[in-house]
Amino acid sequence: MIRFDAVSKAYPDGTVAVDELSLTAPSGQITVLVGPSGCGKTTSLRMVNRMVEPTSGTITIDDRDVTSVSATDLRRGIGYVIQHAGLFPHRTVVDNVATVPLLTGSGRRQARSRAIELMELVGLPASFADRYPAQLSGGQQQRVGVARALAADPPVMLMDEPFSAVDPVVRDQLQQEFLRLQGELGKTILFVTHDIDEAIRLGDRVAVLAVGGRLAQLATPADLLATPADPFVAGFVGRDRGYRALGFVSAEVAVAAEPTVVLGSPVARAHDVAVDDWVLVVDDGELPQGWLHLRAHPDGGPGPAPGDPVTPDLLNLGGTLSPLGGTLREALDAALSSPSGRGVVVDEDGRLIGSVRAGTVLEHLHAATADPSARVRP
Amino acid sequence: MNEMLLWLNDPQNWTGTRVTPGIVEQAAAHLAYTAIALSIAGVIAFPLGLVLGHTGRASWLVSVANGLRALPTVGLLILLYVMVSPLIRGRGDAVYLVPTEIALVLLALPAILANTYAGVRNVPPAVRDAARGMGMTGRQVLFRVELPNALPLVFSGLRSAALQVIATATIAAYVGLGGLGRYVYDGLASRDFGQMAGGAVLVAALALLVDLALSLAQRATVSRGVSGRFSRRSTRDSRAAAVTVVRPEPPRGGPDGGRRAGQPTTPAAALTPSGDRPSG
Repeated sequence: MIRFDAVSKAYPDGTVAVDELSLTAPSGQITVLVGPSGCGKTTSLRMVNRMVEPTSGTITIDDRDVTSVSATDLRRGIGYVIQHAGLFPHRTVVDNVATVPLLTGSGRRQARSRAIELMELVGLPASFADRYPAQLSGGQQQRVGVARALAADPPVMLMDEPFSAVDPVVRDQLQQEFLRLQGELGKTILFVTHDIDEAIRLGDRVAVLAVGGRLAQLATPADLLATPADPFVAGFVGRDRGYRALGFVSAEVAVAAEPTVVLGSPVARAHDVAVDDWVLVVDDGELPQGWLHLRAHPDGGPGPAPGDPVTPDLLNLGGTLSPLGGTLREALDAALSSPSGRGVVVDEDGRLIGSVRAGTVLEHLHAATADPSARVRP
Repeated sequence: MNEMLLWLNDPQNWTGTRVTPGIVEQAAAHLAYTAIALSIAGVIAFPLGLVLGHTGRASWLVSVANGLRALPTVGLLILLYVMVSPLIRGRGDAVYLVPTEIALVLLALPAILANTYAGVRNVPPAVRDAARGMGMTGRQVLFRVELPNALPLVFSGLRSAALQVIATATIAAYVGLGGLGRYVYDGLASRDFGQMAGGAVLVAALALLVDLALSLAQRATVSRGVSGRFSRRSTRDSRAAAVTVVRPEPPRGGPDGGRRAGQPTTPAAALTPSGDRPSG
């Protein structure tokens, strides 16, 4: 548990970066500090491992004042991940990961084998061990950064915008894996971001800081979206928050059976099962492949002849998949993005279960708002 | 040109006679003057550059050192000779050697100091921040992170200092010492232009040899991660692997569940699950 007790940081020129901040980051949870630039979120984070010394107030980790040990010993016991990963360019990946164990006197061989384990854990193959950071993509570098922070198995991790310098697709992947890792490791994490979406996605609790280092609200993501404390938070949380809040409502929406044809079978078969112009195409493993339009080719022109086989180039690939038991947001998104208006619902192996319409989702939502117990407690 | 080739081709000029030293001996003396000057300059400028770069303080010292480059070396040598030699009581060449070496050291200092300083300063802030945040002490940050990354610039400072000193060490002959400058000054005095040009060519050749040696030393000491000398194959492998290692399963999933290759590029790949928060 990390506890800030009336912590302030003022600079000699009079700028107040953090103003009487008091908050607790519970053990085993992700606490996100979010706010516009200049709100003191990074300063707050860096005061935990004493990269910045507070002007007043105390910070404790598991009830021990961070100033009770030397700064270097303190830092060796805290995982630290920063925006551009900050890997050491002159060291190989495995030596980068082994940095802290080597500092604290682990044997070289032991540190390296631990480092290889950690690389696997964060999704890097052992064959990357002898590469240099310059040979890796941004996303891979950030994985190494996370592995390096985990190397000494610290109970506490500080993460300063770790995913904001990579492209959105990679960021999404890293976030997903970060949550998986945290599910396994249960670290006490303080996470800084300027991106409210990232905060809502990753945080068990989200602390919104206003410019001048004032804590505006500390709440679960669902509560933050549902009941912003003041106009600043409401403005910062932004538009679409009603839609985003659907991500916290579980969907047990009735799934309708969806007729399908198997890829490669004749188009005539699709005509037989069709309920309208769109027919869902699956492969022999029941994995959805895309939507077939019976009267139009995706590139324009007439639809396929009944005797032709169904081929991948005939398929419309629009439409996201909603996992069974997922959230209303996923179900609604699947329905809205599907060309047929029917969202595809799959089981955890990606196999087709059926389909759901936007109208059904909204009816369910109507019922759910009447019954607050349907809300997911994150 | 022809005279120069004749001079260079005369074996007696290389081995020397009983009264006059040969080219080999003069080249060795030239190298010795250079080595002394570079060592003294290095001992002063290298640690100073490291400390100034690491702390970021007193960077005006670097500017002052750079100002030294404007001093005309021959003028300085004459001044030093006039000032220093009366203070030296001793035998032999020390009277000439000390002023010469001081002039050469002052020539070598700025390049080594400025490059070492810049090399340490240029380490990316994120790298320095990470090193401190991992719990390295100031000394560890300097020697384990900043110095290895500064090495290419440190070497470039040393190499440019070496080139300048070798070229300028010809002035040792001006005050009566040896070195390859002997041929330049003697050639000039006796209007033996073949000898003079030959001496100049030898100085240039020596400079190139020393630069080559230093570049080999640089290759041997600078990490490939910093110099960027990767074999093309290994980098391509890394990019290719980046495609396949997309989403590992938790390692608990059994011996072969550790990793799954990326989704094959079937049309299903476009039907991605809508990325949303897992309800866990």
